[in-house]
Amino acid sequence: MSGQMETTLIPVLSPEEIAEIDAEISHVPYRSAVAIDALKIVQAHRGWVSDESLRAIARHLEMSAEELEGVATFYNLIFRRPVGDNVILLCNSISCWIKGCENLQAKITEQLGINLGETTPDNQFTLLPVTCLGACDKAPVMMVGDALHENVDAETLTKLFREGGE
Amino acid sequence: MPSIRIDGVTYEVEAGRNLLETCLSLGLDLPYFCWHPAMGSIGACRQCAVVQYLDEESEQAERGRIVMGCMTPVTDGAIFSLSGDKARHFREAIVESLMLNHPHDCPVCAEGGECHLQDMTVMVGHRDRHYRGRKNTHRNQYLGPLIHHEMNRCITCYRCTRYYRDYAGGTDLAALASHDHVYFGRHAEGVLQSEFAGNLVEVCPTGVFTDKTLVEDYTRKWDLQSAPSVCTGCAVGCNTLPGERYGRLKRVHNRFNADVNGYFLCDRGRFGAGFVNSDKRLLYPGLRLADGRYDALHHHGALQHMQQMCRTGKVAGIGSPRASVEANFLLQTLVGANNFAPGFSEQEQPLVDLALALQQDSRAVIPDIRSIESADAVLILGEDVTNTAPRIALALRQSVRNKAYEMAAHLGLETWQDAAIRNLAQDQRSPLYIAAVADTRLADVATRNLSLAPGGVAALGAAVAALISGEEPEDLPPHLREQAGQIAAALSAARRPLLISGTGTGSAAAMQSAAAVTEALCAAGSQAMLCLVVPEANSLGQAMLTGPDAPGLATLRERAESGELDTLVVLENDLYRRGSADSIDRLLQAFSNVIVLDGMDNATTSSASLVLAAASFAETDGTLVSLEGRAQRHYPVFLPPQERHPSWVWLLACMKELERPEVRSLHHFDDITRSCGARIPALAGITAASPDYHYRNVGVKIPRQPPRYSGRTAMRADRSVHERMQPSDEESPLAFTMEGLNRSVPGALLPWVWAPGWNSNQSLHKFQSEVGGPLQGGTAGVRLLQPGNPVSAAGLSVDTVTAPAEPGHWLLVPRQHIFGSDELSALSPAIAELAEPGYIALRSADAAALGVSPGDGVVAGNALATLAVRVDDSLAEGCAAYPAGLAGTENLHPLDRVELRRAENWQRPPEVIGSDGGARLRGARPRGARPRGARPGGGDV
Amino acid sequence: MSLERPLTRNVRPDRSPTDLAAYEANGGYQGLRAAVGRLSPADCLQVLKDSNLRGRGGAGFPTGMKWSFVPMGENPVDASGRPAHKYLICNADEMEPGTFKDRLLLECDPHQLIEGMICAAYTIQADIAYIFIRAEYHKAAALLREAIAACEEKGYLGRNILGSDYSLTMHVHSSAGRYICGEETALISSLEGKRANPRAKPPFPQVSGLWGRPTIVNNVETLCNVHHIIERGAEWFQSLGLTADAGTKLYGVSGRVKNPGCWELPMGTPVREIIEDYAGGMEDGYRLRGFLPGGGSTDFLVEEHLDLAMDYDTIGKAGSRMGTGTMIILDDRTCPVGFVKNLTEFFARESCGFCTPCRDGLPWSAQVLDDIENGRGIPEDLDTLQRQVEFIGAIGNTHCALAPGAMEPIQSALRYFRADFERHIDGAGCPYCDGGQH
Ligand SMILES: Cc1cc2nc3c(=O)[nH]c(=O)nc-3n(C[C@H](O)[C@H](O)[C@H](O)COP(=O)(O)O)c2cc1C
Ligand code: SF4
Ligand code: FES
Repeated sequence: MSGQMETTLIPVLSPEEIAEIDAEISHVPYRSAVAIDALKIVQAHRGWVSDESLRAIARHLEMSAEELEGVATFYNLIFRRPVGDNVILLCNSISCWIKGCENLQAKITEQLGINLGETTPDNQFTLLPVTCLGACDKAPVMMVGDALHENVDAETLTKLFREGGE
Repeated sequence: MPSIRIDGVTYEVEAGRNLLETCLSLGLDLPYFCWHPAMGSIGACRQCAVVQYLDEESEQAERGRIVMGCMTPVTDGAIFSLSGDKARHFREAIVESLMLNHPHDCPVCAEGGECHLQDMTVMVGHRDRHYRGRKNTHRNQYLGPLIHHEMNRCITCYRCTRYYRDYAGGTDLAALASHDHVYFGRHAEGVLQSEFAGNLVEVCPTGVFTDKTLVEDYTRKWDLQSAPSVCTGCAVGCNTLPGERYGRLKRVHNRFNADVNGYFLCDRGRFGAGFVNSDKRLLYPGLRLADGRYDALHHHGALQHMQQMCRTGKVAGIGSPRASVEANFLLQTLVGANNFAPGFSEQEQPLVDLALALQQDSRAVIPDIRSIESADAVLILGEDVTNTAPRIALALRQSVRNKAYEMAAHLGLETWQDAAIRNLAQDQRSPLYIAAVADTRLADVATRNLSLAPGGVAALGAAVAALISGEEPEDLPPHLREQAGQIAAALSAARRPLLISGTGTGSAAAMQSAAAVTEALCAAGSQAMLCLVVPEANSLGQAMLTGPDAPGLATLRERAESGELDTLVVLENDLYRRGSADSIDRLLQAFSNVIVLDGMDNATTSSASLVLAAASFAETDGTLVSLEGRAQRHYPVFLPPQERHPSWVWLLACMKELERPEVRSLHHFDDITRSCGARIPALAGITAASPDYHYRNVGVKIPRQPPRYSGRTAMRADRSVHERMQPSDEESPLAFTMEGLNRSVPGALLPWVWAPGWNSNQSLHKFQSEVGGPLQGGTAGVRLLQPGNPVSAAGLSVDTVTAPAEPGHWLLVPRQHIFGSDELSALSPAIAELAEPGYIALRSADAAALGVSPGDGVVAGNALATLAVRVDDSLAEGCAAYPAGLAGTENLHPLDRVELRRAENWQRPPEVIGSDGGARLRGARPRGARPRGARPGGGDV
Repeated sequence: MSLERPLTRNVRPDRSPTDLAAYEANGGYQGLRAAVGRLSPADCLQVLKDSNLRGRGGAGFPTGMKWSFVPMGENPVDASGRPAHKYLICNADEMEPGTFKDRLLLECDPHQLIEGMICAAYTIQADIAYIFIRAEYHKAAALLREAIAACEEKGYLGRNILGSDYSLTMHVHSSAGRYICGEETALISSLEGKRANPRAKPPFPQVSGLWGRPTIVNNVETLCNVHHIIERGAEWFQSLGLTADAGTKLYGVSGRVKNPGCWELPMGTPVREIIEDYAGGMEDGYRLRGFLPGGGSTDFLVEEHLDLAMDYDTIGKAGSRMGTGTMIILDDRTCPVGFVKNLTEFFARESCGFCTPCRDGLPWSAQVLDDIENGRGIPEDLDTLQRQVEFIGAIGNTHCALAPGAMEPIQSALRYFRADFERHIDGAGCPYCDGGQH
């Protein structure tokens, strides 16, 4: 029987993760209310939310893995698959589209060899589309990590990728 | 009563309802998907669109706006149009949109022919596809042996998760992902954990969740022959519609009964009838030869043997709480009441008698399912209802919502505004207190879970009763005193307080204390309700038939040993489940002839001198009395093959051979029922359970086969090109054909639901007096216990059994399991797959003291049982739990005190490491199941 | 005439954030002092009502009226016996395509928002406030958290604010990325840690919102106005606007203009003035063909509408909506089909998946637009689009306003740029791709 069983070891959350999650829990009426915060906290520590992480969070929040999965897969910025060290969020909404984000995307693909949703083999970059970044007057824009890059052109890209992110 | 206008016609309608249910109740066909009569409205599918006009002027000008019928209250003077172009085009567009990604795989879909999506598609008139894009596809998940998953057919109505999570309290099915990638499934493949998962089959309006047991042995609805039946899985008596083809029981659907089961069954009931098809079923009677083997007989031969054996006049009978009142009555008549044991175990018999007596003497209301749902404060004493009377647990999950409805009323929200009320109330629930030997499956909705040994449970109940009567309870530890105070306050403050207990833990005191609480509440002027759970489909009927003075198994044995009795007739009862192997061996050996009537090979038939092959519930008529004292009739879905006959037929024939005067005038099944009602005062009402066999519906019979039955097929053409003639039914107003009329029939006789334009089970509303209301033909069954009996029971006394103080000894407490504890359902393959192996559960401290960890073996008593250890820290102190009725526990008795020790030479069962979020495991994924990795939908990573 | 710009008076040219000291130095927290010091909640509500402040989140619903539905009075526990919390939520989920105004307020002057929020919370007597901010606004979230801490230290937030008996705690919730979270009831679902499915109304959040309690959701810009109004009065606020709609408004322009940006101007400033004077007119070589007046879910307007006043009623009467007041310009070298296709794909992807017309209808519309744009279109496709507009486009047809909003650009593009659609279909391809940029 056990040979065919899924072996689903549940890793513990780190003390830092637990402390951050519990701080959120302290001001809501029930634990599962911090589901999104908890997913973000663990993602901030681990880069993404693996099945195992998800189960660990669910257990800590006293909710089922399904309930948490329903939340995790709803939101665009909870990564349920591994991502690179730097996530490029390329705005492809209307103002950036007018200003040529498609060309920009092609250039990124050319320079890094990845399409939307892919990660470079060296795990440096993952390229994802993002909804309007609220900087339409500086279009086209993209975010790399926490940093916003405005009026992006080929030159910006080259510089950025040379510096490996920041 | 508000008056509304729909398409120019004015209707007086019921206030407080939404327009969709109002239209359906008025007989107007308005399509819908996400709304469900038992679950209310959320407005997701947008299928029930109508046009609403502001006033007459805008109606004239046809300037209205689209509103959703299910989200629109009927208010006086409102003006609507269902048939106007705007509404019709909108509804057609909805179906067209739902069809974009639908695979159109109706020919291979198990839902085909009874698919609500098919019906609605035809109803809105959508035909031509305009979409030229690609379809989204999904991977399916393995969800266990009961439910088949086919996500591509999903129309995203959210009914499944609303039912599974919101209604039934399941946690392992969720809506995942978003936009047009929404996926309904589990985090990872695995067995659905809810005991009520099977209702997904009927709740899902398409073929996403289908009955796996049906899929594997498939027949379309239109080829199913079905009859009104009653579930034999437990004492609740849910009404069912089993469907048959060519002698195989294919599936069980819910049969609506507003008072008993509403729209839902539990999984034991839905999937537990598979034993009917078992190849262990007996087809012929058999006589044991000298060499110990059985010789098959023709029924004439068998009857000759039987009547000869019975001629001695020293005949005893053991009846069966899982057999019909009629069969038991005949056997009782055959052997005489003094020689007739009801067939309970020694421990059980006084408990069931007590359950009956407490209810007969109570002035509390004995609640039906709707009353249970209406309870605004509940105390459960001992009983694990999810496992002993599952449908009641589902009702209790609704009862805790009464607080939410109260809050909603403050804001003027109607009860059907489901999502709004859930958002408003959040985790606010009506009080539900559970005192049990360990946490039960209702723990998640309980105000408080108290782990107490059965004696403690009873003591708590007694204390609550005392407090309600204004007395100070004696000898209660302070923490329990405080709990008792809270519980007493909650029950006293409630308008419809409900007490639940039962025979499940083997404690009479728990039931007595529950009755004492309701008595105290009634004395204080409250409309209290008392629900006592008994074990089997006809346990209560059996107690009514035999009364408290009936002999038990031991008495019969003693009298046989003394030579007073020499022949024993056992009716549909595997006695080896009623006592230790030793004691049953001794019982059977005390008789020179043992005649056993049963459907399936078992230990008792194996020890018989003469075995008579008996029909299952699906092959015979019978009346069963449920735990609330409701007599309900079930009808054969098909007739048994070969020399298998209903027990009542065998017994009646034998008595006719014996020329017994009592049966001279009995010819039909109904005659037996009538005779029983006439002779047994407690059962006087049973003839009213259903119309007798003379009944005709506008002069014709009621067909078991639907009008679309395809009759002759090539299915068996390899053996014969002749189709067997359909038998006729001499015993009931039902016919084994498609001829007749299934319209406006009495509720007890409704064999299927199907209406023009409504091929699925959603057609039910065409048979109801109003949407969600009782059946037009009346609610099936009759209450034998009159509700609110004014005769008061004088001062109930509670004798409590306390946990042992002896070191090294534990109090054995049975735990009931929905999958496995019941004899027949456990023989159904799908249920068998979910049944767990036997175990002994201990608190971790106790396990440590014994030097065992989970998976190790322990020996109970003097080698009574050797079982694997489980740890359950919610167990009450001093208790060890074992699963009732599961293999390896035969010699364990409820509330015995036993010594436990570590088993040497024990081979550990293979270990299971972890599971989803610590959830219970029910069965492993079988070999060859789909590989994991259906990462449903996935975020937009 | 020098314009009064209350909302952006602390915005520095380099957009560096204004800290508490600087904020106070420039008259900050005077509105708050006025409110908790001198005015009752009812007084504040009256001023707000009189001011005719309309919600800046897109719908333009009068703010004072919205607040007036919140149950008031002594009510320490609610019907269920729970402590009677009331909530104020600031909607800082700014994700509407082409909208970039709240970011400015959040990043440059966090204290202004906080002061506005405290005044708003005081008015409805909320005891807990949330700022629901989109995930990508890291910088703003950090600034807000800092600012909240500073306020707590100063006694502007926390127990007994400024010695009064009014207390308020404030939290920042950073979202996880989903346009629908901007819809106020979906936002509430999301704050509860759930999937951001919108909720049916009634009941309105004012009576049953976050965790079932009375809740007000307002846009960042709306809330930034509140303490100014309380401090300076309704008449002052009315006087700021050029038309009946009062106050100032953050207007933005993006697309092929010389000087894209965001400016605080009097409500009702003419469109032409915004585009030509502030945005500097079209880039060289580009001509204006049309514009979405207030974000991606508003109907196109065209040249003939340039002289209209940018306010709720005027733009509404012209067949569009002022929405967020941030315009997106369609130029003559950008393909209108590609333009609406981009928007429709956005809305289809951002649909929450709850109701059928949106979940399945928007991807279908996007598919049709993709077919047309890529030369696979057939004439019947235009009928299909028109049917979709009628099917999805009306409020009430869907569960929330996302999908009807999504249909606005399509419906108006079919009206104003039908010839472009036809050229795509006739020519089996996009005429803008050669020579054009797409
Ligand atoms: C799909 C959708 C998205 C929305 N997004 C936002 C948003 O990002 N920010 C915002 O303030 N309002 C947004 N709204 C409007 C809000 O629902 C709500 O009306 C607003 O926050 C109320 O604030 P106000 O009255 O101050 O305008 C959105 C509405 C819809 C239907
Ligand atoms: S219109 Fe419907 S599917 Fe779309 S976002 Fe709103 S509720 Fe969700
Ligand atoms: S049934 Fe009314 S919207 Fe689904």
